[in-house]
Amino acid sequence: MAIKERMSGNEAVAHAIKQINPDVMPAFPITPSTEIPQFVSTMIANGEIDTEFIPVESEHSSMSAAIGAEAAGARTLTATSSCGLALMWEVLYVAASNRLPLMMEVVNRALSGPININAEHSDSMGARDSGWIQIYAENNQEVYDNTIQAYRISEHKDVMLPIMICQDGFITSHAVENITLIEDEPVKKFVGTYEPEHYLLNAQEKMSVGPYAISSYCMEAKRAQAEGMRNAKKVILDVAKEFEAISGRSYGFFEEYQLEDAEYAIVAIGSVCGTIKDAIDKMRSEGKKVGLLKVRVFRPFPGEEMAEALKSCKAIAIMDRCEGYNSVGGPLGAELTAALYRAKSTAETVNIIYGLSGRDVKTSDVEDVYDKLQTLAAGEDLFGEYPYLGLRSAE
Amino acid sequence: MEQKNTFNFKEIQAREERLAPGHRMCAGCGGTIAVRNVLKALHPGDKAVIGNATGCLEVSSFMYPYTAYEDSYIHNAFENAGATLSGVETAYKALKKRGKISDEYKFITFGGDGGTYDIGFQSLSGAMERGHDMVYVCYDNGAYMNTGVQRSSATPMFADTTTTPSGKESDGKMQSRKDLASIIAAHNVPYVAQTTFISNMRDLYLKAEKAIYTPGAAFLNILAPCPRGWKYDTPDIIDICKLAVETCYWPLFEVIDGKWILSYKPKKKLPLEDFLKKQGRFKHLFKPGNEHLIAQFQEEVDKRWEELLIRCGENYLSK
Repeated sequence: MAIKERMSGNEAVAHAIKQINPDVMPAFPITPSTEIPQFVSTMIANGEIDTEFIPVESEHSSMSAAIGAEAAGARTLTATSSCGLALMWEVLYVAASNRLPLMMEVVNRALSGPININAEHSDSMGARDSGWIQIYAENNQEVYDNTIQAYRISEHKDVMLPIMICQDGFITSHAVENITLIEDEPVKKFVGTYEPEHYLLNAQEKMSVGPYAISSYCMEAKRAQAEGMRNAKKVILDVAKEFEAISGRSYGFFEEYQLEDAEYAIVAIGSVCGTIKDAIDKMRSEGKKVGLLKVRVFRPFPGEEMAEALKSCKAIAIMDRCEGYNSVGGPLGAELTAALYRAKSTAETVNIIYGLSGRDVKTSDVEDVYDKLQTLAAGEDLFGEYPYLGLRSAE
Repeated sequence: MEQKNTFNFKEIQAREERLAPGHRMCAGCGGTIAVRNVLKALHPGDKAVIGNATGCLEVSSFMYPYTAYEDSYIHNAFENAGATLSGVETAYKALKKRGKISDEYKFITFGGDGGTYDIGFQSLSGAMERGHDMVYVCYDNGAYMNTGVQRSSATPMFADTTTTPSGKESDGKMQSRKDLASIIAAHNVPYVAQTTFISNMRDLYLKAEKAIYTPGAAFLNILAPCPRGWKYDTPDIIDICKLAVETCYWPLFEVIDGKWILSYKPKKKLPLEDFLKKQGRFKHLFKPGNEHLIAQFQEEVDKRWEELLIRCGENYLSK
């Protein structure tokens, strides 16, 4: 029986954590993810779960302790945002290269500076090459569903990689919306128990973790890790299928919204997709062939599949809630453009930076993007060089 | 909890090595002596997980595909040995509570002074304050030896290092060393001790045993000379450690539940020069005209020794 509720994205994550009841959670507060360790601590204090919480003194220590706990054989998670994630940067690589399948709830927020607490993807995008699986959500429902699926993906023997479950700071983490929860028992059955193959506290087998290795071994280790990321593609789809069976909700690498016959498409990540869908509904009623590809899985990057889904499009706007400071655009723009090139796409593309530090995006902004895409396909570029959506002009 | 406070040299030295030979630490390395002897204090049959900050010890004792550790071992990074073992120890509590494991484990982590006094200081402080049931062992060789002898906050005053070289305009390191054992004692952990290699390792053994078998967070600071950084003949290591203690440069003490206890009081405190002159890193202090530098260093050592005597309730006037 599905349970109808209303809760914020952070509450939804906490509810999933309660149902999973992981072994260990080290965490350090940072807006807007702070509520997650608060909720978990409260659930522990009230005897609702018996997770061991470690109130560490920094995010670097939170990831370091998570690595220790996961290596020891415990199912571990943490949560963070923004500068907290940046502080973990060094050890994110250690977690991934030691093949430790821990989970991190990332409530996306701008990196400094100026210091700002609102939604932006610069934090997790900065960690996109650290070897972690990354799954993004549009709303509270998706972040709940993604959290429940996380360990099934990360702990799969063909994968064994850490996983970030991302949602947009405040826009989804703090906004209360309707949600459909799954009952405890089916969730527990779906997630299962963690039975690591090798771990520090295995009395039958001693183990050393985190070696120094010379060049004769490193490249093979890195390739083996990369294979784990490649294998994650199949596992993500398999787990989604199983999840559909208990929830009735279907997930893939991305969601296609009115995309099948779309001539003009936007590709985006996260909460902005709700706004884009509203704009599409309006424009479709006006007979305009517009659609959306909403990226759910950014690591592993499903470039080939995305290019295939976009093959009928004449013009594509790739939207990044993250500045790449490479003088041309953002990370989704760079990677998807490369994938389209490999797929021999002839569509016109534009990479647009939007929503930095929580800058609002309105349906009228989205409609304007679609209008300009139509013009672009006809041979006239109204976007201009290096477009920013909603940037206040100098005058 | 078994704390016998007895020391049977033959029995203890006959125990199986938990740091296997074949590691790549330098001949005569103090760090290795520290690790071997701390691990000897684990009672035979007791299980342990060993942690390690990045440093000489890590890169020389766990070089893929070989490990020198007879116990489970984890190295994470340079500055997070405290936090890493916090996680391991907490996992132990969680898995034990849930009936997933049944064996008893001890948790011991090693770091050099770089990973402990400096870059790993916050992580260590956090682990101590939270009171994890673990021992943090610093093998203090007084500089960043792994990267080639750069100064640390553990480096003694006037030492010549590659970032505080002595020269025409420099007398070596300008600052005196951080007193880390006192700082950790101020965390109100149940056990803190300072030791080094003295004669038959009795002092080190007993302190390591207490640290390991005292429930809660414990800290052990071990002076562990580095032949390359200190520039002495490797066979002199034990003499140098003895002089560090006899000159009161490196006093031996314990802090048990906040009570300071002096482990050893030299009958006749030797002049600091005796400790300094055996080491190439202090060579410049013995050039004519630099007598005042040694005097200044001596003054610092005297001041700290007197403070320690007061803390330990000893009659410092009889020094």
